[in-house]
Amino acid sequence: MGRNIIELKNLTKRFGDVTVVNNINLTIKENEFVTLLGPSGCGKTTTLRMIGGFEEPDEGQIFFEGKLLNPIPAYKRNINTVFQRYALFTHMNVFENIAFGLRIKKIPKDEIEKRVKRMLKLVDLEGFEKRNVDSLSGGQQQRVAIARALVNEPKVLLLDEPLGALDLKLRKEMQIELLDMQRSIGITFIYVTHDQEEALTMSDTVVVMNNGVIQQVGTPQDIYNEPINRFVADFIGESNIIEAVMLEDYKVAFDDVVLDCVDKGFAKNEPVDIVIRPEDIRIVTNPDEGMIKGTVKSVIFKGVHYEMMIESDTGREYMVHRTIAFPVGSYVGMNVQPFDIQVMKRGDPL
Amino acid sequence: MKKTLRILAYPYVVWMVIFIVVPLFLILFYSFTKGDIHDIGSLEFSVESYKKVAEPLYLKVIGDSFLLAFISTAICLVLGYPVALIIANTDQKYRSLLMMLFLVPIWMNFLLRTYAWMSLLSPNGLINRFLTAIGLPRLEIMPGNAAVLLGMVYNFLPFMVLPIYTVLSKIDKQVLEASSDLGGNKVVTFTRVILPLSIPGVVSGITMVFLPAVSTFVISGLLGGGKTPLIGDMIEQQFLFARNWHFGSSLSIILMVMILISMAVMSRIDKNNQEEGGKAR
Ligand SMILES: Nc1ncnc2c1ncn2[C@@H]1O[C@H](COP(=O)(O)OP(=O)(O)OP(=O)(O)O)[C@@H](O)[C@H]1O
Ligand SMILES: [Mg+2]
Repeated sequence: MGRNIIELKNLTKRFGDVTVVNNINLTIKENEFVTLLGPSGCGKTTTLRMIGGFEEPDEGQIFFEGKLLNPIPAYKRNINTVFQRYALFTHMNVFENIAFGLRIKKIPKDEIEKRVKRMLKLVDLEGFEKRNVDSLSGGQQQRVAIARALVNEPKVLLLDEPLGALDLKLRKEMQIELLDMQRSIGITFIYVTHDQEEALTMSDTVVVMNNGVIQQVGTPQDIYNEPINRFVADFIGESNIIEAVMLEDYKVAFDDVVLDCVDKGFAKNEPVDIVIRPEDIRIVTNPDEGMIKGTVKSVIFKGVHYEMMIESDTGREYMVHRTIAFPVGSYVGMNVQPFDIQVMKRGDPL
Repeated sequence: MKKTLRILAYPYVVWMVIFIVVPLFLILFYSFTKGDIHDIGSLEFSVESYKKVAEPLYLKVIGDSFLLAFISTAICLVLGYPVALIIANTDQKYRSLLMMLFLVPIWMNFLLRTYAWMSLLSPNGLINRFLTAIGLPRLEIMPGNAAVLLGMVYNFLPFMVLPIYTVLSKIDKQVLEASSDLGGNKVVTFTRVILPLSIPGVVSGITMVFLPAVSTFVISGLLGGGKTPLIGDMIEQQFLFARNWHFGSSLSIILMVMILISMAVMSRIDKNNQEEGGKAR
């Protein structure tokens, strides 16, 4: 990972008077796997389409290897796209679909043959050359779409929810295959999804968006462990988000408890939001040994763990994930380690 | 359940037998007989009327009909495709309005429209008066084949535009974006994606124009002044004026067979195109 390959500067896109992408700044490095993550309608596709050249930004610049990309039409950009709905050419067979870009570039026939064959091998579709694309399964069509883009050896590949239409098992398989491809060919992936798990497992960098605004950019670990605001904390994984007050450095208070934390630099008595992940709350059978005391209200088996809702004496509900269950109605104590408490500036209430 | 459904189909079957199958057999019957049509007993088997069709005079009529139909279909295609393309590419808001402008003339009676052209094109018609007024040479195409062609193209153009437009407007925008994403400029996207995807529309447009064009009557009578009688006029004449139903029937059967052949050819083209995806080129 080295040089910057794509830079977005103050990128804004409006449809009518709705601002869909709002003043986005983002730098993407060579060979990076970047994921745009956010709820439906937050502007992920629109951002991707501006990079691909299918939508003109209203404001701001897109740079590709340092050169301004805005005035260059889509067909001249060294960027390829895997579309949200594949968009295969139904009047052509698998081979011709993949060869489309190469034929336009007037690549010699035998080389086209070679490169398409190589791609078919990469996406595990050998022997499918002459099949009609309509006769393929969703997963196979999806792989044709990936091969059709990759065969052009673009420097950047844009993928818009490429696994959205697949069932869970195939999805997991394709995630691994995609990652393998990206690592072995060494190209930059800009990947769009609204599935947070997919984003966390695949990416080098996750860009969390909401309402056309970038909320946080960081590694999956950063995003998960140190969400910058309530939105990110809430969107990524499950969390207990609590409005609290920063008493002083390393001390945060809410309800009737005061907890030690590792954060500092806030003003005295500054209102903050804190995030405690459900798996970071430990339960002790002796309530007096817990920082917070509460009654188990419900227990649900989730496969790997039990999800318990525990209501504290002050009436606050905590979601707790543990591998052993405590019976409903039992009175227990809860403890949290200081480094498991993430303190965030108070944002707009959700 | 199945039985009730079948019973429901009976009226339609009866309808078909009475209005399609029986007349067809009658025509076939007349075409292979001779004698007085009002006296069934006098009818006897004969291929005389088919022999008559083979006379040079009538072969020319058939030839002319197919030639004019062919030319007018070609003109409709050349004019209609771009129109369909333009309409399919206009803003959704104005699309139906544009399409409607194109279709409104169909709602008017066919005969009326043809008479309208007659009064426009006639030697002392509106067009010529206008041309003389601004000092341009007169347009002397009526009566003649040019006027017949004009009448045909005018009448049948919407039937070319409509199916092509329908197919074009169904093409997924994202497929066109995929083409430009892969390096195709506008021309490449048109020739390699839009055009092949629109072939089914073109085929049904050609069929929908060619069929009425080849069997049309009235137009050549009114706009061509009867100079080039067409097969449709000929059939009309045999039934209404010459009262030779046997010959009229043979002409009809010949026309039908030729139409069936052309339709078979067209559907073959359509099918080949669709199978293209399954074949390596
Ligand atoms: N061509 C358009 N005209 C008007 N509004 C549009 C257009 N394209 C997108 N929008 C609007 O812009 C907003 C963002 O759309 P976008 O497709 O970028 O969302 P997304 O993040 O990709 O969502 P999803 O996860 O559902 O695909 C949506 O509210 C959408 O309705
Ligand atoms: Mg989208």
